[in-house]
Amino acid sequence: MRREIPTAIAFFVGIICIIQFFIPHRPFGTLVDVFSDWFGIVAAFAIWLGALNLLKVSLERSLSKKKTHDRWYGLVVAASFFLIFIIGMFMSGGDQFQVPGSRFDYLYVNIYTPLSSTMFALLAFFVASASYRAFRARSWEATLLLIAAFFVMLGRAPVGDQLTGFMPEGYRLSEVANWIMTYPQVAGQRAIMIGIALGVASASLRLILGLERSYLGGE
Amino acid sequence: MWMDHPGWVLFGTWVAALFTLGIATFLYKDNPVYKFCEAVFVGISAGYWFVSYFWQTLLPKLGYPFYAGVKTVFVGPAEWGWLVLLIPGTLGMMMLLRLVPKAGWIARWPLAFIVGYTAGLRLITFLQSNAMTQLQNSVQPVVRYNESGQFLGWESFNILLVTVGTFAGLFYFFFSQEHKGVFGRVARVGTWFLMITFGAAFGYTVMGRMSLLIGRLDFLLADWLHLIR
Repeated sequence: MRREIPTAIAFFVGIICIIQFFIPHRPFGTLVDVFSDWFGIVAAFAIWLGALNLLKVSLERSLSKKKTHDRWYGLVVAASFFLIFIIGMFMSGGDQFQVPGSRFDYLYVNIYTPLSSTMFALLAFFVASASYRAFRARSWEATLLLIAAFFVMLGRAPVGDQLTGFMPEGYRLSEVANWIMTYPQVAGQRAIMIGIALGVASASLRLILGLERSYLGGE
Repeated sequence: MWMDHPGWVLFGTWVAALFTLGIATFLYKDNPVYKFCEAVFVGISAGYWFVSYFWQTLLPKLGYPFYAGVKTVFVGPAEWGWLVLLIPGTLGMMMLLRLVPKAGWIARWPLAFIVGYTAGLRLITFLQSNAMTQLQNSVQPVVRYNESGQFLGWESFNILLVTVGTFAGLFYFFFSQEHKGVFGRVARVGTWFLMITFGAAFGYTVMGRMSLLIGRLDFLLADWLHLIR
């Protein structure tokens, strides 16, 4: 029963969603609308599960008897979580919590935004070191990658057009970058997208038909 | 408003600047300051999504309709449509039982709902938008003329390039056949187009990260230190 009922749920919900595409009328259309709302609710609980699990793991690590430096960071995680939780739930005007000027927004602007954007900005440096390794043109394919990246990077920055300002119109870096993005890049992207679509379709069918049950775990 | 007070604005700017510098210290090496900032980021992110989903999804889709429905029973005229909300509410609570080791298996039910819904929806949308639409756009007349009947060489070449590139790329994704002979050569041409795509995507990503870096430097030099305008 621990595997059969979930497999039946996945089959029923998946089949209804597929039928709804071919028969977009009652009851299938209405049912999928209802499922959509339910999906939002269950997904929200899944996000809660992730946050609560993080809290649990952090607190367990902090309260463990192993005296490592890392355990203090678990406390910092928990304290940060509770800070924004209390302010967002009780001190920011209810569902108006994101209105500019609220306490929640203050935390978002002054803590969340700088931390997240700096974290992603750091990747610029690591991408630079990765590109050094990737861009050593050791084969024809690697050279193509290098050329495309070079033109796109320079073509999307003002310096690209300044460097090639003497060239006739149509041959400047920004225009070459646009051409790469519009034609050869689109060709490769289409092949990837079609490949992904076929992969998703077959994987979805396996899930709905119960042939793929790894998401249910081992027991 | 309280946060418009210059003291709070200044405090917020300093906090943001110190966190920015704290994360940036990772460029030197992994260190306690970075780890502290990272822990704050993780905690704040989790709390942010927790609160956002509560106010933006759970209350409007579950809490308020449920409360309104229950109220009709006591105030009248009684309506019973709200009872259906017990299903997603129960599924949600079952999902949270994953935190209890002995009852964790119950979370498979809501997980199965999510998997089934996503699979059913994605199967159709991906086939429709990714496969069909992309194929439709790729299968087009290659030889182009303008309204006055003049042959458009460059445009025709570009359309041919996209068509050849798409199909050659698809050849590469046929793993059930060994890439040898004519098939292998076409697949090789496919890899060239794929490499151009990856290179362009790489360039785009780098520029996006650079833009973020410039944004942070701009914040530090302009908003915090007032060195530039």
